[in-house]
Amino acid sequence: MRTNDVMLQTATKVVTFIILMFAVHIFFAGHYTPGGGFVGGLLTASAIVLLMLAFDIPTIKKILPINYVVLTAVGLLIAIATASASIFFDVPFFTHAYDYFDLPLFGETSLHSALLFDIGVYLVVVGVTMTIIQTIGEDE
Amino acid sequence: MSLVFLIFIPILAALFIPLLFKRLGQIHTGWFVLLVPAALFLYYATRLPSVMEGGTYVSELSWIPSLDIAFIAYLDGLSLLFTLLITGIGALVVLYSIFYLDKHREQLHNFYVYLLIFMSAMLGVVQSDHLITLYLFWELTSISSFLLIAYWYTRDRSRFGALKSMMITVFGGLMMLGGFVLLSIMGGTYSIRELIAQAPELAQHDFFIWALVLVLLGAFTKSAQFPFYIWLPDAMEAPTPVSAYLHSATMVKAGIYLVARLTPVFALSEVWMWLVAGVGLFTMVWASFFALKQKDLKGILAFSTVSQLGLIMSLLGVAAAAYHVEGAADTYLKYAAFAAIFHLINHATFKGSLFMIAGIIDHETGTRDIRKLGGLMSLMPVSFTVALIGSLSMAGLPPFNGFLSKEMFLTAMLSLQEFNMFSMDVWWVLFPIIAWIGSVFTFIYSLYFVFHTFAGKHQPEQLPKQAHEAPIGMLISPVFLAALVVMIFFIPNLIGDWLVKPAVAAIQPFLYDSPQNVDIHVSAWHGFNTELFMTLGIFAIGGLMFWTLRKWQHLYDLYPDSISLNRLYDEMMLLSDGGANRFSRIYMTGFIRSYLVYMFSFMSFIVLLTLFLNEAFQIDFNNLAPIGVYEIVILLALVGATLTILGSKSRLTAIIALGAVGYSVALLFVIFRAPDLALTQLVIETISVALFLLAFYHLPQISRKEERMKFRFGNALVALGVGVTMTLVALSAHSQKAMPSISEFYKETVYKEAGGGNIVNVILVDYRGFDTLFEIAVLGIAGIGIITMIRLRLTKKEGQHENK
Repeated sequence: MRTNDVMLQTATKVVTFIILMFAVHIFFAGHYTPGGGFVGGLLTASAIVLLMLAFDIPTIKKILPINYVVLTAVGLLIAIATASASIFFDVPFFTHAYDYFDLPLFGETSLHSALLFDIGVYLVVVGVTMTIIQTIGEDE
Repeated sequence: MSLVFLIFIPILAALFIPLLFKRLGQIHTGWFVLLVPAALFLYYATRLPSVMEGGTYVSELSWIPSLDIAFIAYLDGLSLLFTLLITGIGALVVLYSIFYLDKHREQLHNFYVYLLIFMSAMLGVVQSDHLITLYLFWELTSISSFLLIAYWYTRDRSRFGALKSMMITVFGGLMMLGGFVLLSIMGGTYSIRELIAQAPELAQHDFFIWALVLVLLGAFTKSAQFPFYIWLPDAMEAPTPVSAYLHSATMVKAGIYLVARLTPVFALSEVWMWLVAGVGLFTMVWASFFALKQKDLKGILAFSTVSQLGLIMSLLGVAAAAYHVEGAADTYLKYAAFAAIFHLINHATFKGSLFMIAGIIDHETGTRDIRKLGGLMSLMPVSFTVALIGSLSMAGLPPFNGFLSKEMFLTAMLSLQEFNMFSMDVWWVLFPIIAWIGSVFTFIYSLYFVFHTFAGKHQPEQLPKQAHEAPIGMLISPVFLAALVVMIFFIPNLIGDWLVKPAVAAIQPFLYDSPQNVDIHVSAWHGFNTELFMTLGIFAIGGLMFWTLRKWQHLYDLYPDSISLNRLYDEMMLLSDGGANRFSRIYMTGFIRSYLVYMFSFMSFIVLLTLFLNEAFQIDFNNLAPIGVYEIVILLALVGATLTILGSKSRLTAIIALGAVGYSVALLFVIFRAPDLALTQLVIETISVALFLLAFYHLPQISRKEERMKFRFGNALVALGVGVTMTLVALSAHSQKAMPSISEFYKETVYKEAGGGNIVNVILVDYRGFDTLFEIAVLGIAGIGIITMIRLRLTKKEGQHENK
């Protein structure tokens, strides 16, 4: 029996983008207001899971041809690179740096090396969650 | 150029090897590798003239300053001698390997990478003045030796030998580390030079004897002394260039180096002298005796190496005697240290050439079994000449260098009669006698090696290949070494002045101010004295016994295998392996639910016990926030959902109810104004419900039936225990503030120092960034684990074995 999931699919097409935008917002907002790489990553993953539930795994794989294992590895590399970059400035491992800049369009913005580390966390969380779900989901 | 960087040159060169092998495969990779040891040898040789005068070089590279750990390259007579051996023999061995290992069939990139790592490690061992980095390099030699022995990793024996050498030498290395730590506690420094300076005070310390024994365990395992020598014969599974290099000329001499280097620290002790001299001498006679039992050419050489290492070790033990005698520089006791270093050089030359010949025979005839060989003299004349020179030198015959150092060895052993401490006045006579017996067997196995291979009847039908002389390239290195064997006999004092005396001055710094003060002159003829008559006795008895070898060699078969040290090792390995297996099978059921029961019960047990022991139970209902309607409603929903899980008949209901529990908790977070936690909890719940649904298919069959879970008293108890523990902890934590809350610190610093606003996130990425880093690493590992479990399901295939 084939269920009719037109409503789910139609809604998903819109909702996914809302979730993704929200995830990006949450990710960048993390340093001052609730949010951060971990939640942002989970939200992104949940958006992709929603897509997979509404459509099916092969279709989503075609739309998003991402190797999540590589994504995890990239995330880990970014995280460790951010942490070790401080060595080259002759400060202990994992020392973060930040400053305030006047950027066009954004106005005064704070740029923080913790954000780079958080990108690593974000990628690892997305990568691992999707790896697990995809692997289990594809297995028959 | 800074000396300390030179140590790392081989390891840096190793980085380019895979590239050279892949891109320039038509040129044998060995040619590029050859440049490294050859260049280093030439460079270090330029330091000889000043070291000869007693000069030293120090170069330091700070590594972990907060722990006072640094790479310190210290070049004096002793370390320069070893450095030249490592680079010199290294260059010859690489040259030999170019012709030994086929560039098309062998995995040269692996081989040379390991070899270069070893070279760096070995240079590090002999040049480090810092005990911790010395230990580091020491273990690196064990690891690279492991990799090289297992180079032909598809062979069962190779892997066995590699593991055996690793187990034994790493065991010794760890013991040695303990000794080093004790030394640094006693002396307050990691520097060997500074420890030597305060040697007399160290000897009074309670830890002294422990440090001594532990350090010696390291040296004895590495230098294959009794009873740890058993790894060396099994290490002969390595390609022959490796055996010639690591297992005869360099790595096994690391233990000798360590003993020589630390002699000034420990020599004041009676235990040191007895242990080093006694174990060394016993190893010498034991291994020379059992060398004759071997049927494999490399097996004979392995036992002979063990025996020769024992000889050098015993000489170093005797050298310690000079520390106890006033004016030892004028007595015969001065000979021991000189003889040790001199023999070390000689051994490297003749044993290196013999190993290479064994490799050539293996290469050109296809076998190393001495029973199948014979009569190769006319077929391989050059190899025969080299083997003859090497063997006769090893046997102690003139005109070869072995004769000189063997004579001096006997002199040193006889010199003990001048020494009357440590009850040596009674026992000293044992030393020359045992040395003499060992020398007789050395004489016999040397002849056995060369004549049973090259003389006698040729048996072409026994050989897998048509025997013929080796290609010229393969012969260069052994011929060069053999030439050295002869040359050193005629110019011993040149070698003595350039190489031996600076090293002796480093071993006995209290005796000599500079290498020139070492007043020893080597001569082939020194009149009719006891040593000469002992040597003549060795030739006579040894010759006679060799003549009748075939009549009594079968007596070795009477020695039962069941009581050998190898058997002991095997039994120990089996016992530890099987024992660990049996033990873990008791509690590893394979069900996650059992593991959860262990974890939860231990957690509540430990926490409750700690609370009880510290009398930390305290319940104080002051200061509590009022309970609102929302909280009550949510809690009721929480409890209701939990009870639904327990009572549900289908797993699907349970999963949904579990989700409800999670969402209720998230709502509680919202009410308590913890938006970060609430947000995370909500998303996690969503994803884990989705995951549960996905995994639904894979859950065990039994529970797919519609039935209620049985009541299990044990599980109920554990659940109750966890609940009680958490409640008590929460209440007690709230009721007493033993220390001020850390949140104040976060509040103060989060903006000023960390430049953030959201404490939770700043904790994650900054304050406790290390935790997060490791957590995401663990996440990654978990992901890989799930892939391996599901996608690459390990199915047992028939007829698949690692041994091809």
